[in-house]
Amino acid sequence: MMTAPEIAVLAAGHYVHWGVIKVSVTNFAIIVSMVVVFVLALVVPFPHGDRDGSDRHRDRS
Amino acid sequence: MSAAPQVSPAETGGSWTAWLRSKITGLVPAGQALPDRQPAYVASWIYVFGVLTLAALVVVIGSGLALAVGGSAWWHTSSLGHFVNSMHLWSVELFFAVMVIHLWGKFWMAAWRGKRGLTWMTGVVAFVASIGTAFTGYLSQSNFDSQWISAEAKDGINSIGVGAWFNVLNPGQMLLWHVVLLPLVVGVIAVWHVVLVRRHGVVPPLDAGPPERSGG
Repeated sequence: MMTAPEIAVLAAGHYVHWGVIKVSVTNFAIIVSMVVVFVLALVVPFPHGDRDGSDRHRDRS
Repeated sequence: MSAAPQVSPAETGGSWTAWLRSKITGLVPAGQALPDRQPAYVASWIYVFGVLTLAALVVVIGSGLALAVGGSAWWHTSSLGHFVNSMHLWSVELFFAVMVIHLWGKFWMAAWRGKRGLTWMTGVVAFVASIGTAFTGYLSQSNFDSQWISAEAKDGINSIGVGAWFNVLNPGQMLLWHVVLLPLVVGVIAVWHVVLVRRHGVVPPLDAGPPERSGG
């Protein structure tokens, strides 16, 4: 059976440190996942349903 | 920009409804309120994250309305209340994740180009207002988490001198900011942001050549 301090240590989660930077493993995993999704959004080809129907470089600014 | 011509009240015979109608229809160019065509460069997944943010916001507001109907006893005790509470939390998590990816994409394509500075700034303000809305949401859970977060936050809020007006230890005030004031701010700015995007069009990539004018 775990003692109260042992439970408290488990509940505190795990953290990673780089100098002044301290981030929980969970938050770090979320940030890494977001970066991965960002890179995938840049490199994964987008399906072209109607290539000829799109407006070519139309800029209304 | 090819927005519809603006009409003064004198030109509409003094009719304020006709004047207001012309203002509303002139907000975006004809056919651009709900367009069915986009420039070719929009065929990239990075352009999807803005509308994903809007979709998440719709789920956030919908689940928030359900929580408001049921109340805290409902979302703490019933299984359906737990589900809707979790849906509200996770739609917020997704809202922020896709909004930040949208922000990264727009930052690296310098999306403020082409007189889109106000579009960029409304996005910035919407992001900041969303953080405030999420923060007051954490304070409105009515559990030990919200007590802990408010106790941790009070010194920071007091240190910037606004604690007398924005009291994080007052759950009633935080709940009302969360369900009335801040959602109104986020909603209005989000609509303004979308109108500006539709008004100026999606920003072209940095390496795009001069616009090719098409018939569409």
